[in-house]
Formats: sequence, C-alpha cells, structure tokens
Amino acid sequence: MIEVRNLTKRFGEHLAVDHLSFTVETGQIYGFLGPNGAGKSTTMNMMTGYLGATSGQVVIDGHDILEEPEEAKSRIGFLPELPPLYTDMTVLEYLKFAAEIKKIPRDKRWDAIEDAMERTALLDVAERVIKNLSKGYRQRVGLAQALLGMPPVIILDEPMVGLDPKQIIEIRDLIKSLGKEHTVILSSHILTEIRAVCDHILIISHGKLVASGTAESLSSQARHSSTLRLTLKETPDAVEEMLKEDGEMEQVELKAGEEEGTTELTLASRREEDIRERAFYFFARHQCPILAMNQEKVSLEELFLELTGEEESHAGRI
Amino acid sequence: MLAVFKREFRSYFTSVTGYLFMAVMLFFVGLYFTGYNLNGSYVSSFSYPLYSVNLIIMFAVPILTMRSLAEDRKSRTDQLLLTSPVSVSRIVLGKYLAMVAVYALVCLICALGPLVLSQYGEVNRKTDYSMLLAFFLSGCAYLAIGLYMSSLTESPVLACVGTFGVLLILYMISDIGGILPIDALASLLSQFSIRDRLQGFVYDLLDIPSLFYFLSLAGFFVFLSIQSVNKRRWR
Repeated sequence: MIEVRNLTKRFGEHLAVDHLSFTVETGQIYGFLGPNGAGKSTTMNMMTGYLGATSGQVVIDGHDILEEPEEAKSRIGFLPELPPLYTDMTVLEYLKFAAEIKKIPRDKRWDAIEDAMERTALLDVAERVIKNLSKGYRQRVGLAQALLGMPPVIILDEPMVGLDPKQIIEIRDLIKSLGKEHTVILSSHILTEIRAVCDHILIISHGKLVASGTAESLSSQARHSSTLRLTLKETPDAVEEMLKEDGEMEQVELKAGEEEGTTELTLASRREEDIRERAFYFFARHQCPILAMNQEKVSLEELFLELTGEEESHAGRI
Repeated sequence: MLAVFKREFRSYFTSVTGYLFMAVMLFFVGLYFTGYNLNGSYVSSFSYPLYSVNLIIMFAVPILTMRSLAEDRKSRTDQLLLTSPVSVSRIVLGKYLAMVAVYALVCLICALGPLVLSQYGEVNRKTDYSMLLAFFLSGCAYLAIGLYMSSLTESPVLACVGTFGVLLILYMISDIGGILPIDALASLLSQFSIRDRLQGFVYDLLDIPSLFYFLSLAGFFVFLSIQSVNKRRWR
C-alpha cells in the first residue's frame, strides 16, 4: 500500500530523517513511536507531500507522491500536528471547503461531511465558528477533515494531543474501527497510546528506524535482550580473565561484591538467546561458584527508552 | 481552484479586509471624482481621478495581499492545501483571482463614474473606459507583486511592509531614473513605470503595449509566487 524507500530529509546541516525505509500494508494500524524531535512529523509531512524529500521515495498505492501528486494525495487523509483550521469559518463551512479541495464529487460531498462529523461527534457544533471551539473540538474538526471521503490511507500526527481522557478513549475506538478497512498511520511519543491501538509499531529515533514489529514481537525482542545479573565467588580480576575466553556473552558491568572475594557481574547476550544455561556451564567449567543469578527482563518501555536514548552505547545489544 | 477562490473571496468579506480595501479605494476615487469632476469642474474626464488614485493603491493593495499566502503558512492551513489533490499553481491562482475579484468590484463601481458625468454633458467614454481598463490591469500587477511578497514570509506585517516598499520604488522608478547620470538607463527605467504608462491613458490613448506590460507583470509575479511556494517545500 505505502512504500517508503530511503527517505532522507536534511534541514541545512541537521539530518532530520536518515534513510528511512518501510512498507505499510493495507488494513492495519501502524504507530510511529519516538521521542520529540525523532523525525516523526517530518516523515509524515514527506509522506503526504507537504515537504519534499532530500532523497528517497514515497509510493502510495503505486503512485509516487512527487511524480503523480494528485493521484497519490487523493488517497490520503492527513491530520497534521496542528490541525490546519481556518478559524474564521464554521465547522460546516470548513468541512465543505475541505471536501471541495479534496475533490469529493458534488453528489457525495454532503454524505461524506455528515459521515465524518458523525464519526467525530461534531454534529452539535456544526454551526459554530472554529475560533470559539475548545482544543479538543478543534482536534476533532481536524480529524473529521482527514476522514472526509474515507480515503484508503489515513495519516494522523499526534491525534491524541490536547484531548481529555474520555475523548482519548473515543478517538482510540474510532481509530480502531477505521483500522478494519483503512490503513491508519499515527504517531505519538507515548508508548501506551501506541500499544493500545496499533497492530504494528515502528520505533524511530534520530531519524532512523530502530525497531519495527508487532507489540508482541517487540516485547519478545526485549526479553531476548535481557541481562543477567550474577554474584560469583571469585575476585573481579579473575572473572575478567575468564570472560575473555567466551565470545557469546558480553560483559556489561563488573564490580566487587559486598562480601569479600565476590564479584557482581552483569552479562548480556551478543545474540538473541537465553544465556542462563550457558553462563551456568561456563562458570562451572572454571570452577567458579555462582552464588546468585537473576535475569532482569526489559519491558517494552525500557526497550523504547533504550532504543531512543543513547543509542551508541546500546546499539550492539539489540 | 474554484474552491480556493470561493473560500478566499468569502473570507475577504467575513473579515474586515475586503471592506477596508474597497472603502479606502472608493473613498479616494470619490474624493478625486468630487474634486476634479463634480465640484471643480476642471475636467470632464473620469480618467483624472483614476490616475490620481494610482498613488493610493500603494497603501490599499497590501491590505488585501499581505495575508494571502503568509497567513496560511503561519496558521499551518497550508498543510491542508498542499496535501490536497490540487496543484500548487491552482492554489496560488485561486488566491490571486480572489483578490482580483475584490479589486474588480471596485472597478465595477468606478465604471459608474462616467455614466454619472454623462448626465451633465458631453463625456468621452472611450477614454474613460480605456483608462478604467488600464487602471484594472495595473492593479492586477500590483496585486501580483503583493502576492509574491506574501509568499516570501510567514509574517503578514513583513509582507505588507515589503509590498509597500516595492510599490513605492515602482511608483518612483522614473524619478530614480532621472537622478541617474546615464540617459539610456533612465529611459529604460521609465519604461517600467506604471505611473508614466497610466498617464498616457489620460491623454486619450488606448496604449496596447502598456496593457501587455501590466498583464505580463502580473503573470510574472504570479509565476514567481508559485515557484516560491514550491521552493519552500524543499528547504
């Protein structure tokens, strides 16, 4: 449905999006997850044709966004970070205008507007001037605009911002229902939000795609990247000497234990596997008693923080 | 394009800008009309007041043009326009034509002037209406310059000041040429003067090349505006 190939955007010296590639399938909900400034909005702006890419390609349903912009854009409904509202218009006037420039045929226009207003619960405020609406309502007007004509691809940049908890649940349900027949891409910097609605998560950091998969597969990936904390009856120097032999286990932290002659060691696997047994036999072979062993699981939250945090120091572990 | 045109045109009259522009223009047309034609009776031609109002346009045009593209960028509504299946040139053209339409309303009301005068005696309608045509087309050129200035910035105030500056230079361009020591350059610069060209119309001339000049000036700046909006996406 959507193919993004080597998408790159440079603002002067700053590399906002760095060779991003991914494919989006029809009828699923995708979540862009990343901290502020990760390049989520820039990517979305390029996917919708608002910004030109420095290099790379975006293909919507077989139409390149730059070469056949009208074909590609007519398949997308887009809610930017700030809803693009003409605040001097009423909700109805605004949606009529949006339907017109989206080239929804005249005979279907009214139905499309009514349908979008119904889905976003805007019928009560149809005649009100947007200027006078609260932030939550404005957000919903922006969302209604994106849903007009029910385009096959719906891209929402931070759709939950500024909504109260009740509205968040409503919008969540709305997005879930949309995901049945449309492709929905939404972005957020909040993990729980993404996990609640998305089938597929794309974690973006510093303009790069650092992880991608379903919430379950990312969680299991997180488990594999778990660390092992050991207390050994041996001095730190001797343990360090031993570990040089083994290439599979990576030493993360090594320090003297609380008791005399013990070592506290944290290990990680270089490959995605459980290293508990390996560690047991390894230290048994070296006649080094293991006093305590504890596997620390990394949650999805920690994985997210880790992936998007200081990536250099952790890059080798995932 | 029609959708953008309709929205823009309506917004000029839901906000104060359209009325303000028309009020300023018509007030001064009326003032000169009264002064030259009705009270003073120096001249019987409506082209005199129109020629004089050419100075006022410098102040009035920015009212209409300053927000045209700058405001969209400031309020991020350009994201709606530029991600819709409408080409940039159609969007910019729609906005431009909305301004032209507001200005055309002014000209339409001005078209009554010669009719009023003909109640009092002999009037050379051909001169008056060819002047009105020149007045309309030169105004279109001013509006295109304003549109372009508005495409360069996201601040309507800057666009306003910039437009005023450019129009002022354009107004004085043959005077600037006069200061210069090189005669060839001076006569070249005076070719660009809209004021000089309009003056020709006052003296009973349907100057076709001048009309072409106004039209091409308008076309050139609309083209530049489209390029400017396009270019912004690549920065």
